[in-house]
Amino acid sequence: MKSINQNVHQDALPDFGNLGVILRIVLIVLALSAFLALAQASNWQTVVPLFLEVSAPVQPVLVLSILILSGSSRWLRRLDYRTGVLVVVLVELLIVTVVYRAAGQFFGGDPSDQLGRYWLFTLAAAGLILYYFQLRNRALSPALTEARLQALQARIRPHFLFNSINAVLSLIRQAPKRAETALEDMAELFRVLMADNRALSTLASEIELTRQYLNIEQLRLGDRLGVEWHTENMPGEALIPPLVLQPLVENAVYHGIEPCSDTGVISINVYKARDEVHLVLRNPYRRDGNHHAGNKMALANIRERLALHFDAEASLKSSVSDEAYQVHIVIPYRTEAR
Amino acid sequence: MNKRGQNLRVVVADDEAPARSRIRDLLEDCAASLALEVVGEAVNGHALVNMLQNTQADVVLLDIRMPEMDGIEAAQHIQKLPDAPSVIFTTAYDAYAVKAFELHAVDYLVKPIRLRRLYDALARVRSVTPLSLEVLQQLTPEPRKHLSVQERGKLLLVPVDKVLFMRAELKYVTIRTAEREYLVEESLTRLEQEFHERFVRVHRSYLVSREHVESFERGADGSESGWIVKLRGLEEKLPVSRRQQHVMREFGRL
Repeated sequence: MKSINQNVHQDALPDFGNLGVILRIVLIVLALSAFLALAQASNWQTVVPLFLEVSAPVQPVLVLSILILSGSSRWLRRLDYRTGVLVVVLVELLIVTVVYRAAGQFFGGDPSDQLGRYWLFTLAAAGLILYYFQLRNRALSPALTEARLQALQARIRPHFLFNSINAVLSLIRQAPKRAETALEDMAELFRVLMADNRALSTLASEIELTRQYLNIEQLRLGDRLGVEWHTENMPGEALIPPLVLQPLVENAVYHGIEPCSDTGVISINVYKARDEVHLVLRNPYRRDGNHHAGNKMALANIRERLALHFDAEASLKSSVSDEAYQVHIVIPYRTEAR
Repeated sequence: MNKRGQNLRVVVADDEAPARSRIRDLLEDCAASLALEVVGEAVNGHALVNMLQNTQADVVLLDIRMPEMDGIEAAQHIQKLPDAPSVIFTTAYDAYAVKAFELHAVDYLVKPIRLRRLYDALARVRSVTPLSLEVLQQLTPEPRKHLSVQERGKLLLVPVDKVLFMRAELKYVTIRTAEREYLVEESLTRLEQEFHERFVRVHRSYLVSREHVESFERGADGSESGWIVKLRGLEEKLPVSRRQQHVMREFGRL
């Protein structure tokens, strides 16, 4: 790995095991078949039968390809990009050959051997799909950096920074020990906020970060801030993009706790169900609050980063009931980067 | 030291305990060269207004963002007190307010507050002209949550969402809640501008609360247009003028 990887872009094969990638491949192949049918058809009536005819041999190839590629995705992505592309194309050609021969066995093959023609189609389709993913990868990479910067700005709320410094200043004379702890917490928090946050971090460290953040807020808000943690069933080793939970909790404090004089409780529930990690955050909600623009921005930002990391497999939903605001995040349970 | 030759009486209003204690520390530091005493502390605007009814103060160090009632609204109410104290706003970060302060030359301090700045602000407090209501109202785009009413030397705070209607009188405005009426020394036009989201004008001299409108009825006398409006929780029916008849459409001509 290069030591300076700030802006160096690397081409990489898509993660064939990802639901979103699979969905895209299926859609592209179907679209190509439809296009082929459209080109061959002499009139509109023949389009549908032709489409069925064209896609009939395509389906087994598609299913086999997805099974094989998603199974070997981890291994494929470890290869260098060019080798990877070569392997994928060869695998595809092999699959087409096998399917063609098998079909010949079962249905008493074509008189004219058309394998060469199918190879050409395969090369075109595979090339197109890989080219699409390469373009997409390139288009999204600057977005990743951009999202990081944008997120950073949205996250260090100046309001929080100055109020916390003020709170620590007030402790220095009366409780120097507590001031020390508070400054240490702040240092930790800002270290993460200012780090390169493109790589995944673990759930355990995200929770720890959120706790440190809440410690600082507790200084300022005292009894007004109540926190309920439900992390008994948390898979601490699960991977999560950094700064997903903390900014949401920051919003909860700003919109749910600060506008109230009496105690408000933020509840954070993290658990694993089947192969998914759930994060549920709930805070009191005041209808007359008018700071929703900032909140929406933070949500959009987190949603975007979840999509960049997990594509269609992650989700973020927010809902408002009479007195509570809730955010529910679901991410796939993973323990090593793909 | 000052014109009365007595201590400068300071009140600190901030919802965060550490922020209050920080200001107290700084005030102690100031006390070495400026005769002052802290006469009270408040945790929000509401508490501040109530406290100032019984406590005489010369200056309030007033945080802007507080629950229940923010600093800018509190400042508007305390202007109506006899011998109202001067106000110095404090804020950790509020781009909008700071811009407005600069524009209107209002005294403010950013948190964390520096000793020198606090000292300077306190030292010149006596010579500063008090803030006018107009300026205060321009400091925030948000309508107040309370109206303040002077009654027998007391300042009463009436929550705006409890007000059913407002009626223009000769020199003041009558506001009506479900319980009783109050007199407010403000103009109906100004109130209409500030509370246009909550109140709608149905007549030259009436603003009614949108959420309390129950129905419009064909009324007999007393109304030139022949329509009257009925409000929830109120026996009395109010006239709708011919010119304002169009507002009924807004309610789907109930």
